[in-house]
Amino acid sequence: MRFMILAQRNFKEMFLDYLSLGLAMGLPVVMLLILSPISRVEVMFSPANLAPGIALFAFVMLQFSSSMILAKDRDSALLSRLLTAPLKSKDFISAYSLPYIPIAIIQMVLVFGIAALLGLETSGNLGIVFLVLFIMSMGYIGLGMVAGSLFTYKQVPYAYTTVLLLTIFGGAWFDLAVFGSGFQSVMNVLPFAHALDAARDVMVQGAGFSDIAVDFYWVLGYTIVFFALGIFLFRRRMVE
Amino acid sequence: MSDATKDYRFAIQTSNISRKFGDFIAVDGIDLSINRGELFALLGPNGAGKTTTIKMLCCLLRPSSGTATIMGHDTQKDPIAVKQIIDLSPQETAIAEHLNAWENLSLMGRIHGFGKEEVKKRSEELLEMMGLTNRAKEQVRKYSGGMKRRLSIAMALVSDPQVLFLDEPTLGLDPQSRRGTWEHIAELKGEKTIVLTTHYLEEADNLADRIAIIDKGKIIALGTPDELKDSISDMQVMAIKAKNLTDDTVEGLRMIYPETREVVNGIEIKAKELNFNEIVDYLRSKGVVIESTSQKQITLDDVFLHLTGKELRE
Ligand SMILES: Nc1ncnc2c1ncn2[C@@H]1O[C@H](COP(=O)(O)OP(=O)(O)OP(=O)(O)O)[C@@H](O)[C@H]1O
Ligand SMILES: [Mg+2]
Repeated sequence: MRFMILAQRNFKEMFLDYLSLGLAMGLPVVMLLILSPISRVEVMFSPANLAPGIALFAFVMLQFSSSMILAKDRDSALLSRLLTAPLKSKDFISAYSLPYIPIAIIQMVLVFGIAALLGLETSGNLGIVFLVLFIMSMGYIGLGMVAGSLFTYKQVPYAYTTVLLLTIFGGAWFDLAVFGSGFQSVMNVLPFAHALDAARDVMVQGAGFSDIAVDFYWVLGYTIVFFALGIFLFRRRMVE
Repeated sequence: MSDATKDYRFAIQTSNISRKFGDFIAVDGIDLSINRGELFALLGPNGAGKTTTIKMLCCLLRPSSGTATIMGHDTQKDPIAVKQIIDLSPQETAIAEHLNAWENLSLMGRIHGFGKEEVKKRSEELLEMMGLTNRAKEQVRKYSGGMKRRLSIAMALVSDPQVLFLDEPTLGLDPQSRRGTWEHIAELKGEKTIVLTTHYLEEADNLADRIAIIDKGKIIALGTPDELKDSISDMQVMAIKAKNLTDDTVEGLRMIYPETREVVNGIEIKAKELNFNEIVDYLRSKGVVIESTSQKQITLDDVFLHLTGKELRE
């Protein structure tokens, strides 16, 4: 568990980037408060519909911050020193991901706590909602590892913007149907819409796990793929 | 770890190791056999391929061809085994800017698998040696360049590696810290295998058991400091302190004695046979005021100039 030593250092580094961290936790709260009054006229903005989208929106910050720390270290001599330690690619990826897991949990607690205050109603099991969203948050961190291994820290913001747009247009705020079926089917290949559908189906329609199993495995599959890709890409960077 | 205790005669062995960047050959077929416990210096001008060689030995760069083993472990087939027994002080200062000196040392010590207490003890010694004890609890981004450099070297020592790579360890250090570092390296001598690159000839001369002179990616001479000096022992070196030297005058001298070089306050001439009177007459005829002349001991500087036609520090 030597990677824990590096994870500790990265944890500190994450807190030094207080702007990203503040946005990651503050912005979803603000958005929830601003958007929820619309829920009286538009069912799309009811807390149950809104909360999962906002949670995903918040997770994009995890992708940004984690890829930034990794890409910055890759640019520094410190990493060549760390690379002479007996750690494997998966250890490095763990060390750069781990600090973001508690943040993802705090984000979910914040979003759903506020949504509850705003009158969140759920017909199904919130545990399933949390599980799906948690796996999705890991997916964003995994994407961060891909971007951080692949890009320089100057390129990372573009990766962030891309993922942000995919998240927004992937159903976080718009009903995918309004864009027509072509767009919808493209977005359905990606995991974001599946995570949102699953969370909303559980809360609004009282769906059980078996009803959303396909969505769940879709999200889980992507998360695993993102991490595997991150490990693969980082390994390629270990030896030039 | 059982492999690491096997009795390999050579700590480091390379076989025809090369590295290209595009079409450019940075390291060109180097064969090295470095004994266990030996302090081996790689000496060469800028761009000679020293760092590239070290990076290949530390599994950070893939050789374009050839192989290298560290204590019998192949750097490409078994990098983790290699990394378990080596450490590197990179040429560039490599520290975690937002941590303090303690945390930096602890990061490197613990990532190599040492316990908290042991790392603490070793860190104390290293901070003391590098003169950083007073500022050890400060974020290192506030350190001066030299202080960062000292910490960077200490970070390679904390893991107590069997094989230690020091890429220009004393670059940018003041004379006192440089001496401190030399003393520490001298203490480690024999106990560890150390590969050191340097621009300071006296560093290589005083510390190294053997020196490889490397130029344009190739080893052009290899031996103990004395052997290298003996290789040109049939040469004489004459040092002349003088005023009013012009470039033209020095060029004129180089026509007869190619290994003439300018030093502070004068010139040094190296050749198999020196015609003392001829040189003095020539200089006087050019209006040079000669203050003193003397015979000089052959140094590694002379060897280097002789072999490469270049000064080490340009
Ligand atoms: N990543 C790289 N891409 C392209 N060329 C490189 C790369 N790394 C090194 N080189 C080239 O390889 C040659 C050898 O470089 P190297 O850093 O090994 O020299 P060195 O002997 O350590 O020099 P110095 O004394 O300046 O540190 C140089 O010409 C350098 O420009
Ligand atoms: Mg170098």
